[in-house]
Amino acid sequence: MTVSVLTRKGAGSTGALPVQPRPVESRGGTARATAAEPVLAIESLTIGTGAVDLVIDVSFQVAPGETLCLVGESGCGKSLTCLAAMGLLAEPVRRRAGSVRLAGTELTSLGDRRLREIRGRDMAMIFQDPVASLNPVQRVGRQVAEALVVHEGLSMRSAMRRAIELLDRVGIARPDERANAYPHQLSGGMCQRVMIAMALACRPKLIVADEATTALDVTTQAQILKLMKTLQDETGTAMIFVTHDLSVVAEIADRVAVMYSGRIVETGPVDALFDHPAHPYTRGLMDCRLHALSAANGRLAAIGGTVPRPAARPIGCAFRPRCPRADARCETLPELRRLFGAQTAACHFPGAAR
Amino acid sequence: MSLRFVLGKLLRALLTLVLAVTFVFVVLRMSGDPVTQMLPDDTPASVVADYRQMWGLDRPLPEQYARYVAGILHGDFGFSFRDDRPALDVVLERVPLSLELGLTALALTIVLGIGGGILAALKRGTSVDHATMAMTIMGHSMPNFFLGILLILLFAMTWRILPSSGVGTWKHLILPAVTLGTSYAATVARFTRSSLLEVLNQPFMRTARAKGVPFRRRILGHALPNAGIPIVTVVGLRLGALIGGAVVVEPVFAWPGVGQLLVNAVAFRDLAIVQTIVLLIAVTMVVVNFMVDITYGWLDPRIRVDSGEATA
Repeated sequence: MTVSVLTRKGAGSTGALPVQPRPVESRGGTARATAAEPVLAIESLTIGTGAVDLVIDVSFQVAPGETLCLVGESGCGKSLTCLAAMGLLAEPVRRRAGSVRLAGTELTSLGDRRLREIRGRDMAMIFQDPVASLNPVQRVGRQVAEALVVHEGLSMRSAMRRAIELLDRVGIARPDERANAYPHQLSGGMCQRVMIAMALACRPKLIVADEATTALDVTTQAQILKLMKTLQDETGTAMIFVTHDLSVVAEIADRVAVMYSGRIVETGPVDALFDHPAHPYTRGLMDCRLHALSAANGRLAAIGGTVPRPAARPIGCAFRPRCPRADARCETLPELRRLFGAQTAACHFPGAAR
Repeated sequence: MSLRFVLGKLLRALLTLVLAVTFVFVVLRMSGDPVTQMLPDDTPASVVADYRQMWGLDRPLPEQYARYVAGILHGDFGFSFRDDRPALDVVLERVPLSLELGLTALALTIVLGIGGGILAALKRGTSVDHATMAMTIMGHSMPNFFLGILLILLFAMTWRILPSSGVGTWKHLILPAVTLGTSYAATVARFTRSSLLEVLNQPFMRTARAKGVPFRRRILGHALPNAGIPIVTVVGLRLGALIGGAVVVEPVFAWPGVGQLLVNAVAFRDLAIVQTIVLLIAVTMVVVNFMVDITYGWLDPRIRVDSGEATA
């Protein structure tokens, strides 16, 4: 198979790639990660509303201590996939098929009550807009403590003591004072730290971060990413990190799954994806980065066209209308196939030069 | 609570009271002569003049007003023409009855209104929601006197299980309290529903779900406190009207409270009584408004006046 190996453009992201020691489970790349018992295993997940499928046949696994980044343009189904994993889909959007297993437990067949007991204890979620995601009329310490009251049956008093420790741990100075603050009295970055403390409270096996740094300014974003990485190294928690920002991916991911129009189109270890993206869409994303400028004759590259609406997806490969390489074969849906190592792509011409 | 805030509130409250008192004073005197109203048509002109002089109605309006205000400052609210007693005494002895009726109705309003609103919001789009909202429209649009008479017809005349009028036992309280309480419950229910619906879609409610907080705790601990401000506002309006009595409902059920007294006093041009009641209502309104303002800050720290918290 001929593969055009594109060099990773932009020294900035290369330098920022994870070089720190990772927890044992994920070190040595994805071959190990997939072999270990996964924390989360999603299989053939399909989500839809009305006659439209929004997420189609999505499968992936996350190993203990591993960070999987879900990447793609807005509306490609990243967030829905996360919400489905948490059992948080809200009507009229529903899971139509597929299974979600957390540490071996099938979640889709659990009742509301059991699922609620697992949420916040074994898996926790961090959201995009930290200020709006905190209850504006409750002191932040209390909101962190609530998870402990609900799941570990602590009294509010002892839960507050633990909450202050947690706030300290996520790098909030004077945590005993800040615990008494309301969200509007804290900055966005500070609120996201509170959300992280809340997520960590019951030592979950999995943390789902849905665009957790998107709403923050760049310096704060870097601090939060660093914090999450440090905490993950300490706790060995598995993480799903949803983002459309490739510099964030370079910073935090072990493995990447690229989604396009409801499907996963490419997966692989982060280095492989950056070095030789196989799917034309992934390659397009890479070219769209600002520091990829030079390669495109000094012009900013863009993927022509827009993501099709879920109701008007083309037959076959959904990327076909925007793909420079597409031909008649692309009218049949390409399967997600293993290419080399742990990299997979759903394309009839993986890695083909344009 | 800063001194400035309290002073500002007090000044505004005073202005409100002065305006209310002045307005009623002037309008009452422009609307007709109380003496001709009270005395038979064939009363000799000299007798009428004597009465005018006795009550000080022959003086120029500004002088009457000055005397009246000076009297209030000394605790003298004027004399009731009809009872020949201090107006304040006449009014105050009616207050407990109006409070009894008003508080019972208010309790009913809160339970039905907030309860119904929560139910409708949680069951949004279902038949429960539609039924509740249909009832609130009925409650809104049915005039109090009509509902009162309807209830009397059913419970007092047809089924004969409850007394139609008067005071005495708790049974006497039921019909007027239901009449008064249900109509306002409709308003409260609508406010509760819409404000709760808005809150339920907020991101922090999803956070609470993601945290594994049980349903009841999510609604009572997270949603309701955030939906509280509009609810407190409408309930506060009702609370302010409490002492003033129910002007429509009290006469219908012959409930001898402040509301009934007011209606009679207006008809009889009993100036001092009307003025005293209006002042009483104005004072209640001002006090309740102040309480509502404080409650806002307690419910929502973002509008708390004194934020002594550490900011970051």
